[in-house]
Amino acid sequence: MTRDKITRSFQLHYKIKMLLKISNSSCCPTCFLQLVLPPVSTVMAGLLKRALRLRTALRCLCDYNMLSRSTATLSPVDFHSPFLTCSSEQVLASTRKLHAGADGSKVSPSAAPERLPFCRVTEEDLAFFRKILAGRTIVDPDLVEPSNVDWLKSVRGSSEVLLRPQTTEEVSQILSYCNSRNLAVNPQGGNTGLVGGSVPVYDEIILSTSLMNKILNFDSISGVLTCQAGCVLENLSFYLEERDYIMPLDLGAKGSCQIGGNVATNAGGLRLLRYGSLHGTVLGLELVLADGQVLDCLSTLRKDNTGYDLKQLFIGSEGTLGVITAVSILCPRKPKSVNVVFLGCETFEQLLKTFQLCKSMLGEILSAFEFLDSECMRLLNTHLKLPNPISDCPFYIVIETSGSDPTHDAQKLHNFLEEAMTSSLVSDGTVATEEAKIKALWSLRERVTEALTHDGFTYKYDISLPVERIYQLVTDMRKHLGNRAKSVVGYGHVGDGNLHLNVTSPSKDPALLAAIEPFVYEWTASCRGSISAEHGLGLKKRNYIYYSKQSQAVALMGNIKAMLDPKGILNPYKTLPDNLKHI
Amino acid sequence: LSCKVLSSVVTPCYCFVSPQIRVKPDNTGVVTDGVKHSMNPFCEIAVEEAVKLKEKKLIKEVVAVSCGPQQSQETIRTALAMGADRGIHVDVSGKDYENLGPLQVSKILAALAKQEDAQLILLGKQAIDDDCNQTGQMTAALLDWPQGTFASEVSLEGDKINLVREIDGGLEHIKINTPAVITADLRLNTPRYATLPNIMKAKKKKIVTVKPADLGVDVTSRLEVLKVEEPPQRQAGMKVETVEDLVVKLKEAGRV
Repeated sequence: MTRDKITRSFQLHYKIKMLLKISNSSCCPTCFLQLVLPPVSTVMAGLLKRALRLRTALRCLCDYNMLSRSTATLSPVDFHSPFLTCSSEQVLASTRKLHAGADGSKVSPSAAPERLPFCRVTEEDLAFFRKILAGRTIVDPDLVEPSNVDWLKSVRGSSEVLLRPQTTEEVSQILSYCNSRNLAVNPQGGNTGLVGGSVPVYDEIILSTSLMNKILNFDSISGVLTCQAGCVLENLSFYLEERDYIMPLDLGAKGSCQIGGNVATNAGGLRLLRYGSLHGTVLGLELVLADGQVLDCLSTLRKDNTGYDLKQLFIGSEGTLGVITAVSILCPRKPKSVNVVFLGCETFEQLLKTFQLCKSMLGEILSAFEFLDSECMRLLNTHLKLPNPISDCPFYIVIETSGSDPTHDAQKLHNFLEEAMTSSLVSDGTVATEEAKIKALWSLRERVTEALTHDGFTYKYDISLPVERIYQLVTDMRKHLGNRAKSVVGYGHVGDGNLHLNVTSPSKDPALLAAIEPFVYEWTASCRGSISAEHGLGLKKRNYIYYSKQSQAVALMGNIKAMLDPKGILNPYKTLPDNLKHI
Repeated sequence: LSCKVLSSVVTPCYCFVSPQIRVKPDNTGVVTDGVKHSMNPFCEIAVEEAVKLKEKKLIKEVVAVSCGPQQSQETIRTALAMGADRGIHVDVSGKDYENLGPLQVSKILAALAKQEDAQLILLGKQAIDDDCNQTGQMTAALLDWPQGTFASEVSLEGDKINLVREIDGGLEHIKINTPAVITADLRLNTPRYATLPNIMKAKKKKIVTVKPADLGVDVTSRLEVLKVEEPPQRQAGMKVETVEDLVVKLKEAGRV
């Protein structure tokens, strides 16, 4: 057979196969095509043809066996594979087209979908809520308004009811009622999420845990803290510090975020490098399921291998599988000696070498390794008037050490700093050992998010990448956007391989958004990275899940959701992509 | 512009984070075990001012002085990292240190100033653990030198000093002769961060240790602490509906 004939026969074969497959299930051999919103439209059929032609043409040039592996591990856009080296432009063109709606207009995958057919709240419903939550059923629009808008002021819902239970029993009654009445519910903690997951999309009832703020128990021998889900993280920190312990997680939002929300989003933060993620430190959860059933998994045991570890499913489920009402968490001892070092590096390679040096010389006392670039420093200087403690450098590092002996730690730190300076890995730096100075140095990293809000409308991306490639994305994005963006900054938990890429513009700019997405997601997928390292998917990123997870995995997630929440009332429109079928 | 030797005093003070201040069970003082010892913020400002004057070449040398136990050397190292040239550690420890007050410190400083032939003494206006605000004034009196306290601006003019002082009524501009004592107030400057190259250099600078007896100073205290108590617990407030209720409640409480 000639090459032409091979191409054409493949084309026909796979065209039919693909069209059949797509109309039957949500599973698609080529992952990126799943970004298309249902139902299958003529636009999509045309795209399929083009994509297939592309794919089959290339396939002729390569090993045929590649096809059988396609469902397994191929990333959507594998820029570095021999597959697509000659066609990246065409692929980009087709994926950009995917963001067009059925009528050809630009509909972003992060925009809200159509309202699902939940019931609307009636006077009888309000009477029921008022009966169980006297004085805590809020319908005054001025009071509900702050809970309808997220912290970034980027998404707004139109809920008319805000409920504030104080006990697990009340949450159970609320959910049981809402489930029977088919009323959608949006669980809300501190409302500090960055992906639009914490606020209603339409008129979902807001279930706030703010009044569930009691600390239930603290065991000072094992360090296990048990508390209700509405406890503010900073308050828990203060409570523990008096008892010589600390929370295993720390983030910039600590003054407002609640532990229930932290667990529901599997929050990462500044201490993950040292104490691990919530999947490890949370020992038990108490939850209320969609039908009002209370699930008591509030164990305080460090080790318990009896059956499936159910709590793991709910950690990071973003309020879509159940409402967390209480948490038991393992807390580390407060370190006797904390030092913070602020360093400046000339290049990112030097920063990485400093990281390696740091791990080898400070190893067991290292508790945080964060970075920010010179653009971040410029924003901090301009908008928050925070001065640069050292001379201007392209990259800055914040290193924190926590140990049990100040003298030992000071010695280790001194050796590390001496080595870093003499080998010119670091061009400048400063050290802090006192509370006030430590806070000042940390604020340079913690307040970058705040500085960005003053710079204009911010497009935020939270990406996990192989550590050596982290800054490459920022440089590529800058080149790609050119003058269209006001600022492009990179900062984050470089020790965990987590980049926070932010692009600002004077105001909301759809053209800029179209330039950023899906470029950033494709770039991430090409390194097999995560398109949401710690912020979660919420509303904004739900449809991009396929860039980082295979379709079978997502389908299984859909099945679990259907089993735990058959009516889909818990935090609808979030976390899972729109093209999963709801029962 | 004549060259001078400057002496800058760095007070090591206890750095408490507010929920942690606890009165000792025997009511003789506050618990200081495990509390971090660090440089008094006002003294930091004084050191910064001294280093600035040296950078402007108005003075020749900055000497950092601290009175206290072994840990005080850390505080002196910080001053050296900020730019001081050398340090003097006056070793006072144990019970003597607990009772060390402004009078004793000012006697020590006066003796040192004479020994070092200093022309200017720069201190913080007060220590944040005892809030005495007396050391600078007493030192000036013992040496019979002019004093410029609560300084928010300092400039040298020949062998005189122009000072702006922050006082209750506003700002006071004075001119004093040297040698003099100046105490630094909050708005005098913003202390610099000690950068790594300077921290490394500071490790090599000299710190000399002396005892108060060497300076001919007796550090016994003239004061005896009788009792230390916590302030009374704050009572919860009460909300009333009308002005009449308020008046009734005030009368009940005997306040009206």
